[in-house]
Amino acid sequence: MSTSTGALQQGRTDPRPVDPDVPLLAVEDLNVRFPTEDGLVHAVRGVDYTLRSGEVLGIVGESGSGKSVTSLAVMGLLPGSARVTGSVKYRGQELLGQSDRAMSRVRGKGVSMIFQDPMTSLDPVYRVGFQIEETLRTHDSKLSSKAAQARAADLLAMVGIPNAAERVRSYPHEFSGGMRQRVVIAIAMANQPDVIIADEPTTALDVTVQAQILEVLQTALTETGAAMVLITHDLGVVAGIADRVLVMYAGRPVEIGSVEDIYYEPRMPYTLGLLGSLPRLDASTKQRLTPIKGSPPSVVNMPPGCPFAPRCPLHVAECDTVEPDLLDVGGGHGAACIRTDEVGKAHGEAAAVFDVTADDTVLGSEAPVDLSAAAGTTDTGAPGDPVGERSDPGRSTATGSLLDPTTQDGDRR
Amino acid sequence: MTTTREPILSVRGLEKHFPIKGGGLLQRTVGAVRAVDGLDLDLYPGEVLGLVGESGCGKSTTGRAILNLQPATAGSVVFQGRELVGLDRKQMRPLRRDIQIVFQDPYASLNPRLPVFDIVAEPLIIHGLTKDEAELRERVRSLVETVGLNPEHTNRYPAEFSGGQRQRIGIARALALEPKVLVLDEPVSALDVSIQAGVINLLEDLKERLGLSYLFIAHDLSVVRHISDRVAVMYLGKIIEVAPRDELFDRPTHPYTQALLSAIPLPDPRLERSRKRIIITGDVPSPANPPSGCRFRTRCQKFAGELTDTQREKCLTVEPLLESRGTGHTSACHYAEATKVL
Repeated sequence: MSTSTGALQQGRTDPRPVDPDVPLLAVEDLNVRFPTEDGLVHAVRGVDYTLRSGEVLGIVGESGSGKSVTSLAVMGLLPGSARVTGSVKYRGQELLGQSDRAMSRVRGKGVSMIFQDPMTSLDPVYRVGFQIEETLRTHDSKLSSKAAQARAADLLAMVGIPNAAERVRSYPHEFSGGMRQRVVIAIAMANQPDVIIADEPTTALDVTVQAQILEVLQTALTETGAAMVLITHDLGVVAGIADRVLVMYAGRPVEIGSVEDIYYEPRMPYTLGLLGSLPRLDASTKQRLTPIKGSPPSVVNMPPGCPFAPRCPLHVAECDTVEPDLLDVGGGHGAACIRTDEVGKAHGEAAAVFDVTADDTVLGSEAPVDLSAAAGTTDTGAPGDPVGERSDPGRSTATGSLLDPTTQDGDRR
Repeated sequence: MTTTREPILSVRGLEKHFPIKGGGLLQRTVGAVRAVDGLDLDLYPGEVLGLVGESGCGKSTTGRAILNLQPATAGSVVFQGRELVGLDRKQMRPLRRDIQIVFQDPYASLNPRLPVFDIVAEPLIIHGLTKDEAELRERVRSLVETVGLNPEHTNRYPAEFSGGQRQRIGIARALALEPKVLVLDEPVSALDVSIQAGVINLLEDLKERLGLSYLFIAHDLSVVRHISDRVAVMYLGKIIEVAPRDELFDRPTHPYTQALLSAIPLPDPRLERSRKRIIITGDVPSPANPPSGCRFRTRCQKFAGELTDTQREKCLTVEPLLESRGTGHTSACHYAEATKVL
């Protein structure tokens, strides 16, 4: 956008030294547990990733896979009852265990966040201009209110809100969903953060508006030079914007790699199945979809072994003994599977491995995502609503006897 | 291509307006949300007609008005030669055997206090279709099997099933009366992709096996392309383009269809990064006060970028009607032009 007037550069107080060897964000063995009546819900079970400067890392996964909880843990926004272990380092500085005061200095300035629902992430009783100014002045006490107002208007113009100088005086309810999300993005980029974490930033929006917002996100990245963690369940969005992709399943990363590796040469059966179950807009021949049987496991009292094993067409006895680690399969591409070679032979063609079945007879130990799904969205991920909190531990075991022998195709290939 | 066949369901000039009440004691009607505003469509036997559009375009209201769940304000819905508009509940009841609906949200559309057996058996009991208990059991059993669930689980409650399985229960309930037409209102949009695929496969199989016709309402064009034979695109209460599936996706003629197709990200990094994207501005205008002339003109990339002022005059004043663009392909634009966007 040509409206950039260098306003952001004025905002930089200290030119931060960039050490190329230290990643911007390094997450190591992150675990999140929520105590519930049903026992400890292990929502995030060992997430590792690093984010380098200028990079876009896409985190994909279905509802309940722990992708939102991971980012809330990074930002220190989980409720007090959550037990978070592991390490989250921003420019080498440990964030876990920091006081809320110390975190407030990092939030917005070092790492900022864009939430899914623009209807609830803005405060309805304050004008949007004030909400942007608040972000600016929190991190720069010397900023005059006049200068803050001017920058707020600049920021609104930058995210493509027409007539920005007037619109700063509007309240959130006077904006449409797409416009509100633009305001949220303006707030996220206000302080020139190094990292922007965007949690399902376009899920609540219509496709034509989504296309607009994705463009604004690109603008935000160019203007601020920030790196981004983009959390989404939409494999299309990730394909367009991410450099690297992390696939999550049942609270753990199961595959990580460059965007091309993940889409064209997936090595974890889950990734392959996910791609095969997507109907394609650009496919003129009618190709049968390959659903993944069953549903994700409950994250309460997880059985040993690979969490994807009960749904996996390449399942062998060995899969049930230990949960595989994320192992490198070459060139920074890692997959948590003991049969990556077999998966590799499919070269992204899910039909080579998965069945085109239409049945779904295995009674569920699905991660209870009832409420978020009922809202018509996936994974709202509000802090008080950790994924998988309302699990029923008895169910996964009680229904074990009802399992149909649908995994007989274990060693088909 | 469809000239010889008679449509099983024929909608003409369908309107559904919701009154806007003013404040104060009298609650006078001060306007109307024109959710569906003059809509024509035909559904042929054995076909899947996809009805797509963004939220608020009136696609769900259309589905409900067709079924008389929300009585239409005006227009006509002819199902197998019978007019449905204006029928009361009692008159509708026998017709409901032939035309059924599956709702979007499987978490809200099943009674949580009824076991699956009762949910699926209810329509059979209401319509008195089974002679005795044993026949009822057998019918429910086979229905549950038909939708790919384990019939031994019918004594369980909806809460014990996953979202995809609940949607299958909703489908079994809709199939209980052996309908000819199913209105599917966003049947897979509340489901995760890996589970969604199974329900889509099921719907495809059922259509073949039972010779059903679907009105498939959805906002996800990828799903619609996958399952539909013909596709109708809605914008602000009206249909703006109808075409056979591949025709619509390969040669869209309406600027809105083009923008819609162009806006959808493809799960293919190389393709997605090499595409040229049409980005339209703004949001959908309020259906309470739609723009004059062409309803899409306020966001139209063609109106904004290509047309001359004299050409624009027509968009401002004359409402475009659906005109033929080839076999079975119509669109409502004064300056329609087939363009490849995918």
